[in-house]
Amino acid sequence: MKRIGRHTILLPNRPCILSGAAIAGKKEGEGPLGSSFDQIIGDDLFGEETWEKAESRFQYTAADLAIRKAGLTHEQIDAALGGDLLDQIMAASLAVRELHTPFIGLYGACSTMAESLCLAAMLVDGGYLHNAVCTASSHFCTAERQYRFPLEYGSQRPPTAQWTVTGAGSAVVSLQAHSSAICRCTHVTLGQIVDMAVKDANNMGAAMAPAAADTLHRHLTDTGRTPTDYDLIITGDLGRVGHDLLLMLMQERGMPLDPSRYIDCGLELFSPEQDVHAGGSGCGCSAVTLCGHIFEQFRQGKLHRALFMATGALLSPTSSQQGDTIPGIAHAIALEAAP
Amino acid sequence: MISLLFNLLKAFVIGGSICAVGEALVLKTKLTPARILVGYILLGVLLSAVGLYGPLVEFAGAGATIPLTGFGHALTTGVKRAVQEIGLLGAFTGGLTSTAAGIAAAVFFGALTALLFKPHPKE
Amino acid sequence: MFDKKAKPGAARQRQLDRYAQLVDRLSPRSRLGQGLLRAFLCGGTICAIGQVFLELGQRYLDMTVATSITFGSMMIVFMTAVLTGVGVFDKIGQYGGAGAFVPISGFANAMVSPAMEFRREGLVLGLGAKLFTIAGPVLVWGISASVIVGILYTFFPW
Repeated sequence: MKRIGRHTILLPNRPCILSGAAIAGKKEGEGPLGSSFDQIIGDDLFGEETWEKAESRFQYTAADLAIRKAGLTHEQIDAALGGDLLDQIMAASLAVRELHTPFIGLYGACSTMAESLCLAAMLVDGGYLHNAVCTASSHFCTAERQYRFPLEYGSQRPPTAQWTVTGAGSAVVSLQAHSSAICRCTHVTLGQIVDMAVKDANNMGAAMAPAAADTLHRHLTDTGRTPTDYDLIITGDLGRVGHDLLLMLMQERGMPLDPSRYIDCGLELFSPEQDVHAGGSGCGCSAVTLCGHIFEQFRQGKLHRALFMATGALLSPTSSQQGDTIPGIAHAIALEAAP
Repeated sequence: MISLLFNLLKAFVIGGSICAVGEALVLKTKLTPARILVGYILLGVLLSAVGLYGPLVEFAGAGATIPLTGFGHALTTGVKRAVQEIGLLGAFTGGLTSTAAGIAAAVFFGALTALLFKPHPKE
Repeated sequence: MFDKKAKPGAARQRQLDRYAQLVDRLSPRSRLGQGLLRAFLCGGTICAIGQVFLELGQRYLDMTVATSITFGSMMIVFMTAVLTGVGVFDKIGQYGGAGAFVPISGFANAMVSPAMEFRREGLVLGLGAKLFTIAGPVLVWGISASVIVGILYTFFPW
């Protein structure tokens, strides 16, 4: 069995991440991580007629660029794994339509980038695929109309609310060791649903933090590691509230995180002046941060081992209206600098 | 001139206060704006039915008619008048008759605006 | 959870309560004083503008009081539609909160904004159907309540 402990999957072949591409919107481009993105798209419609098509184009552009940066052609990709926040994950389906490759559509809310990387790394490690491309995207305008209100509706956002990131990230996972590879995938810990009865859709950090704590706890227990074994632990989009909650929860579990070696993508992506309240969110949040900023850190040799753990709040507008609590999830993948 | 300024001030203070109560409900309870608006219109219908809202309109003018409670008041006064004129049928015709201008304006201007303008991305 | 009668165990309930307290402690709050002041100023201003139209109608346009009230409401609806169209009203709403949505301007904005947003889904099922998504409940419950008042008034006029 390629497993250790109860839930952690070992990747003995250590699949490589050959390349990553991050395509971000204007506001994201103006944030602190702006320089790490491959492209910044100023037009929220990206030249398309609708925001849904624009989001799809974000995702296709990221996938296409990642494949080209890996020195591969579309024909050399054995499968695409991806998703987004739209109903029936249309952005991913329409994007992958252009790639002509088998497609595994995923829905993990904002955890999608980690979910796709985990699955791709396992499939590649198992020898079922040579090269897989992972994608995830979100768009402020498509998410807003689906989950909240029309753009021109005058409503106040509470301070715990998060800002859906416009952007798409893509990474190519491959079995071939390559000198230009960014990093290798070593362990996968899949998330289980944790629901601590949070109902407030404007406080998703609170809904997701217990799931992040649960996955991190299981990962560390299974691998026998401590938080300090990682140069950096990266959570998806817990935002200000979830970030602080995770620090408290890990403290309580006796596995305290070092705040200087723990970052949350939702907090990294925007500066406080950008008025995004509790931080960024959406599939694109962790996707562009990983494929832009984190991969850049690996390339520059500033990171040797990192744990990427994207979190998702698995609510729908219907479940919210029916008064259900928000199920949280977090998937983790351990990354090591490629020797 | 003085009476004009005084009328504006009354509308400002009463209207502003009705809105501030709504904001307190937003911030202090888990009520969504949509629920608060439904609550406001029901409150307007009720207060008007028991005869309390009419005097407020006389005092504050637009300060009482522009908030959504005023919409409820218009529904009730219309219904009462129609019932006096044509009996039970008036319970069904009066409300929409007296609010027709506001509703038709919102529908018409809404459709027109949607044809003329596109939504703007938020910064 | 699929058994409606089953309550979470006592230990689980304690855990949930503790977590709810923790969330409450770490979640930033809206500033009440600032919110109330802004709602007051914004709502007051909108009502005062409405009053300008009431005075205008009564003093210069030979309107009855009832007609001037309708005129005032319509003008606020019209101005809101324009401000929503040019992308300003959402900022007023963000600033004023209830001060923007409690006046009839909120009703108008709630109809104009989804109509604009869903224009791309077509004129019938997009614009036409979505016009009432946010404002519909107000009409449904307001009209229903007024019908009940009317029925009562028919049999027990007071």
